[in-house]
Amino acid sequence: MALVSEPDPRLLFSGSDWNFDTIRRVYDACEEIALKELRLDVYRNQIEVITAEQMLDAYASGGMPLFYKHWSFGKHFARDEAMYRKGYQGLAYEIVINSDPCVVYIMEENTITMQTLVIAHAGFGHNHFFKNNYVFKQWTDASGILDYLDFAKRFVAECEDRYGQVAVERIIDAAHALQSHGIHRFPRKRLPDLRSEQKRAEERRAHGEAIFNDLWRTVPAKKGKTREKSDEDSRRALLGLPEENLLYFLEKSAPRLAPWQREILRIVRQIAQYFYPQRQTKMMNEGCATYVHHRIMTRLHEQGKISDGAFLEFLHSHTGVIFQPSFNDRRYSGINPYALGFAMMSDIERVCLNPTDEDRAWMPDIAGQKDPYAVLRDVWANYRDESFVSQFLSPALIRNLGLFNVHDDEEELDLNVSHIHNERGYREIRRALSRHYDVARRDADIQIADVDLAGDRRLILHHRVVDGIVLDDTDTDHVLQHLADLWGYEVSLREMDDETGDMKNEFTARPRAPFG
Amino acid sequence: MTIIDRRLNPGGKSLANRQRFIRRAKAQVKRAVREATAGRSIKDIDRGGEVTIPSDGVREPTLRRSSEGGIRDYVLPGNKEYVEGDSIQRPPRGGGAGSEGAEDGGGEDEFRFALSDEEFLDLFLEDLELPDLAKRQLKGVGVPQWRRAGYSTSGSPSNISLTRTMRNSLSRRVALRRPKPEELEALRREIADMESGASVMNVATLAAMREKLVLLERRSKRIPFIDPIDVRYRRLESTPKPVAQAVMFCLMDVSGSMTEHMKDLAKRFYALLYLFLKRRYKHVEVVFIRHTHEAEEVDEQTFFYSRETGGTVVSTALEEMAHIVEERFKPSEWNIYGAQASDGDNAPSDNAKTAALLTSTVLPMCQYYAYLEVGSDDDAPTGGERPTTLWRTYAVVNGPDSPIAMRKVRHRRDIFPVFRDLFQKKSDQMAEA
Repeated sequence: MALVSEPDPRLLFSGSDWNFDTIRRVYDACEEIALKELRLDVYRNQIEVITAEQMLDAYASGGMPLFYKHWSFGKHFARDEAMYRKGYQGLAYEIVINSDPCVVYIMEENTITMQTLVIAHAGFGHNHFFKNNYVFKQWTDASGILDYLDFAKRFVAECEDRYGQVAVERIIDAAHALQSHGIHRFPRKRLPDLRSEQKRAEERRAHGEAIFNDLWRTVPAKKGKTREKSDEDSRRALLGLPEENLLYFLEKSAPRLAPWQREILRIVRQIAQYFYPQRQTKMMNEGCATYVHHRIMTRLHEQGKISDGAFLEFLHSHTGVIFQPSFNDRRYSGINPYALGFAMMSDIERVCLNPTDEDRAWMPDIAGQKDPYAVLRDVWANYRDESFVSQFLSPALIRNLGLFNVHDDEEELDLNVSHIHNERGYREIRRALSRHYDVARRDADIQIADVDLAGDRRLILHHRVVDGIVLDDTDTDHVLQHLADLWGYEVSLREMDDETGDMKNEFTARPRAPFG
Repeated sequence: MTIIDRRLNPGGKSLANRQRFIRRAKAQVKRAVREATAGRSIKDIDRGGEVTIPSDGVREPTLRRSSEGGIRDYVLPGNKEYVEGDSIQRPPRGGGAGSEGAEDGGGEDEFRFALSDEEFLDLFLEDLELPDLAKRQLKGVGVPQWRRAGYSTSGSPSNISLTRTMRNSLSRRVALRRPKPEELEALRREIADMESGASVMNVATLAAMREKLVLLERRSKRIPFIDPIDVRYRRLESTPKPVAQAVMFCLMDVSGSMTEHMKDLAKRFYALLYLFLKRRYKHVEVVFIRHTHEAEEVDEQTFFYSRETGGTVVSTALEEMAHIVEERFKPSEWNIYGAQASDGDNAPSDNAKTAALLTSTVLPMCQYYAYLEVGSDDDAPTGGERPTTLWRTYAVVNGPDSPIAMRKVRHRRDIFPVFRDLFQKKSDQMAEA
């Protein structure tokens, strides 16, 4: 009796150890499925093997392989390290960077099954999403990011040499405090500069002189007099106000900053902008990667390229990743983006292949499409979390997850269950969840409204208060202090209610130690 | 696809950030370190460890919406019992109704992290110093320090500054218009082309070109690539570095009257002192003297670990110290420090001698003399106990100008504060006073 059976020659690997050859084999197998079956379109992959310690290093700098130096990264490192050492928190299996070539970090401690999972997840899932999703296409330059970070790191280091660590630290502190509002949310209009403004004014005058006819004076004027553009308006127009990108405004218009300080504001702003798409698509991005790794691993198993044992190991960690505790569970900490993303994408697959009547009514465009991968590719390319939920969260899934909406009005005694997973609630729940993913709605809407240039140069900001949610006062005081130091003069932030237009709150700060 | 093995890359990429973070939170970290050391044994004092600091100093504020108030909607998964219109009692403040609170409100009150051994000890010993390290004496001419001081035209070949040299060479070559190799090569090729008939033959131009080539070649030979006048050397200047020499005498009573507890306290104190000196002062000598009714100089091992018993005659230790000073450490060249630990017992006949020795010999040559009296644990709470023999003797000596400092320690937990007190920087003491 031969108890030891020969390993199946089709298997990519056996056991849990890996070496560079197996990784290469696994990669090729994954690539075949990803490109031929799922028809993904990816950047070239660069797989880097790192240790747990290096993973912790990478954590501290937002996953990037290089970053400028600042104490806050040291703080995050210290915390992650303490958590990891105590076993409160495991490390991610991988980190992937939106760059071209796409850098995928894998940890040496992982078993080969996990490495396969990671390659499928990051190297194909995330990678495809980065390359094809419109928010990334619109806002990030994957081929330039690493060079830019290198420049930023050098520049900050040079500034530290020249102006001292403390001075540089102060400006980075201030910039970090404002970085959530250092983002362009919309493509901007080009700013008219002074010269072209003047030229246009001259042309207009010349034109007016050319067509001058005294007769027009005698024509009776229209009743409602056309309003002259006030000084205030033209001043605002020149400064490009209102402006929601605070760092951009300071970089261009703060009167007292030195050039190197402006450059540092710019660096922080550019990096915040780079990460902005990731915030807008967190759930979809993870969903896409999870869906892709699930497909690839399943196909590998079907093709007999990985053993039952390896597949079970994969399923074990896969189910861990997409686990969604209920709201009353102790482990509940919000909706798991992996779980929701994966569930919605699997649901789209189901609707494409086996639609019910309900699905046909709710999603007529994709129901019964037969080619779920094409539909998913289109979804991955053209949606972000908010629009994705509002388009594709099906009633069936709402029922499966048992989603319900709790309405919390400060003025009422109790919370109110406003909608549950039934016919009347589907649309409302979908809308509420989609709003939850709307980053522009979640972030406070703060704009620079005006500057009193003729007077005391006070900078005036407005916060549009939505749903009566005001700013957190301690933090706002701190941030405003940074803002006042950057601006160099007094700053005030007014919280205006969106509906009534009343001022709910005002913060002011004077520069304590202005920059420059 | 490429696979890159980064495992061998140097780790510690976050080290610079970590140092910046610790510098930033220094005041708080220092306080936390002090608190952490209170409960530690000496053996563990140089271990790193976890510290907790209030998150105030390392706060990273952002403009964010408050986590309370207003009108909110939460979509939650896992409904089993609720139907539309149900009311749920508002959970107590801070609990939050769901993820939202945790997501946009980073309400951390304190911040925990681990310090490495080095960092821990550095912070622990940071503001301590040996007082009056004044007699700075150049240790002969033996310790010059080399410093970079610009460039020179002569020097040893190992100090050639390549960048400087090449820069000079380049500018000289440009100034003297030395032909570049490519130019020569191009000219040669052109001539060859003409000769071989590949391009149109013109006798006059060919002759001119040949002449030019000869000219250029000659010039290139005459103007060397690197001339001796280009060469620059890194200049190093020697600056004498003052070295403050210091010696610390550790005097410990090991007589029979010292209980195990007292010896333990004394040893802890010296262990701390020793650690402090080794770490902060490279050039500090340490002399260990232990005494009963007679004194002897011992090595570190014996001092800390061996047992001995007998009567108590303090003056023997002082004599021994004076003797060693005379023999090895000239008071004019050395900063001399003494630290004595005792339970305060002394043979009655010896007190006068001790006082005399102290005033006439030991104190005049010392920069600082610390006397630590160890008491037993149990007599702490009774309060007004009588001062010991030695304490009284020393109290007489202790004038405003004398460099002696006296402290009492009864319990382990007093050791760190007393130690700090004895060796705190003068400027800090002023500030606190």
